[in-house]
Amino acid sequence: MEKILTTLLIFSLFTGFLAFLLTLAKKTIGNYGIMKVTINEETEIEMEGGDTLLSGLTEEKIFIPSACGGKGSCGYCKVTVESGGGEILPTEFGYVTPEERELGVRLSCQLKVKEPIAISIPEELFNVKEFHPTVTAITDLTPNIKHLIFTFPQGEEISFKAGQYVQLRAPKYPGNHEEVFRAYSIASSPTEHNKLELIIGLVPDGICSTYVHKHLSVGDEVAMTGPYGDFYYQESTREILMVAAGTGMAPILSILHQLKAMNSERRAIFYFGARHEEDLFFLERMKEFESDLISFEFIPSLSKPHRETDWKGQLGRVTTCLQRDLMDPCEREAYLCGSPRMIDSIVEVLIEKGIPEEFIYYDKFS
Amino acid sequence: MIVNPFVVFFAAIFTNNMIFSNFLGMCSFIAVSSDIKTSIGLGQAVTFVLAITAPINYLLYHYVLVPFGLEYLRYIVFIVSIAAFVQLVEMIVERSFPALYQSLGIFLPLITVNCAILGVSLFMTIRNYNLITSTLYGLGSGLGWMLAIVALAGIKKRMKMSAVPEGLQGPGITLIITGIMALAFIGFSGIVQIS
Ligand SMILES: Cc1cc2nc3c(=O)[nH]c(=O)nc-3n(C[C@H](O)[C@H](O)[C@H](O)COP(=O)(O)OP(=O)(O)OC[C@H]3O[C@@H](n4cnc5c(N)ncnc54)[C@H](O)[C@@H]3O)c2cc1C
Ligand code: FES
Repeated sequence: MEKILTTLLIFSLFTGFLAFLLTLAKKTIGNYGIMKVTINEETEIEMEGGDTLLSGLTEEKIFIPSACGGKGSCGYCKVTVESGGGEILPTEFGYVTPEERELGVRLSCQLKVKEPIAISIPEELFNVKEFHPTVTAITDLTPNIKHLIFTFPQGEEISFKAGQYVQLRAPKYPGNHEEVFRAYSIASSPTEHNKLELIIGLVPDGICSTYVHKHLSVGDEVAMTGPYGDFYYQESTREILMVAAGTGMAPILSILHQLKAMNSERRAIFYFGARHEEDLFFLERMKEFESDLISFEFIPSLSKPHRETDWKGQLGRVTTCLQRDLMDPCEREAYLCGSPRMIDSIVEVLIEKGIPEEFIYYDKFS
Repeated sequence: MIVNPFVVFFAAIFTNNMIFSNFLGMCSFIAVSSDIKTSIGLGQAVTFVLAITAPINYLLYHYVLVPFGLEYLRYIVFIVSIAAFVQLVEMIVERSFPALYQSLGIFLPLITVNCAILGVSLFMTIRNYNLITSTLYGLGSGLGWMLAIVALAGIKKRMKMSAVPEGLQGPGITLIITGIMALAFIGFSGIVQIS
């Protein structure tokens, strides 16, 4: 008995002493003091030295896109370092291309600030805010896709460009023990500032989509940051070509709302690809847009309809439709949304059809 | 038995080299030996940690564990104290030698589980070394480990262009080289001897 007690006592004293020593070391050796961060040559913030740049910026309510929450596995949190910051770390190599490395691009979640540092970030990121809206409606669009409406509390308003996205937070829930942020394109009109719609597909074993599909219900409060993204509606006189599949319809919807709000007369065609009949959704809404907008056309296309004889729309993959339809030379600009594979193949077709690369805008839902 | 501390020191480097005679600390030995500069860095870190943990664990063992009759706790106590001091070393290196900190990457914290370090602490208690001998034994083992890894990095560098059979590439050929190096080190064995 006595032996057990002495063992316990000695061991706890010993570990306690080591813990004390380490805490002391952290306060002295690991303490870099307050560091200055200069952003875009004009804004100066101060942060705890030794912390990551991402956490320092978040503390100051400057939100850098960071889908993985700072674990160095998404590569979204890039900033350009003008001075300070030290050498690029091995953990960043996978996400920063050699060209970017030349420019000083770093992952802000890996960079620990140990000296004054100057960085530049896109001006728009200063507009990114944190929101805490409430879910006011959830509807099933297809067996795997849900449509969600969020309403912002008094005093919170979002302004975004049609096509941009927000990052939704998935908290810890049974079966998921990490908090993550995932990007979702806004599907509602940019003219609405206190309400927001998202279209979210279920990804097998996906953290955030499972949270949305299985754990989120009407009345729940969520956390999101935004708006982000350089994929948005551009003002010009070119004919608009939109291509999407599945949840990729979300940003296109927002662009259509924008066109409607402007009473636009620009010619616009929207190709929507799906596999079976049940993967199509919002056909009614598309009809409305077709009657509201003077020169808008919606072209759904099924690659594997169950009953070929009953299906009256286009048959085949979207790329095939594009190959066939884009015969006339015409000034076009394209907005594409969907999986990286789909986008790569469509971009190829569009370039072949003479649409200059700088007029092809896309968001890869990866 | 009274052993001369300096004999122990040299023996730890050459004849009783941690890697070549005990095959301890192989994990980082194999993984970090592709670049001479990095292996020198890791070697320094291991040497430093060994030179510090050997006397500390000596004092802990003889002045805390033995008086209370708790010798059987030494495994866990040694491991915990090694872990804590590696953390400390990590903080110091991060602060003072950022370039070294970067090139060591994940391997600095991994020193914690480098069995050569625990091996030194256990050998010195089994062999009943005194404080000075233990310290020199720790330092010598570290230097010996560094010698081994730097030599291996040198050999690997020369072998970059050689056509290694596909199935042996990577760790396979490294283990074979290590075996041959160990054979070569047996040549030292007549010089000094510790058990
Ligand atoms: C700009 C942008 C806009 C987007 N807009 C939308 C939108 O409007 N609607 C929409 O539905 N989606 C959209 N996405 C996609 C969305 O952000 C998510 O990627 C998607 O919802 C999946 O997230 P998740 O957390 O559910 O899955 P994750 O947890 O990220 O998992 C995705 C897949 O990877 C697998 N996986 C995850 N971790 C591992 C691992 N460690 N090892 C092996 N496999 C693993 C999972 O099994 C799963 O199949 C958009 C993406 C981007 C970049
Ligand atoms: S936040 Fe994901 S890589 Fe930095």
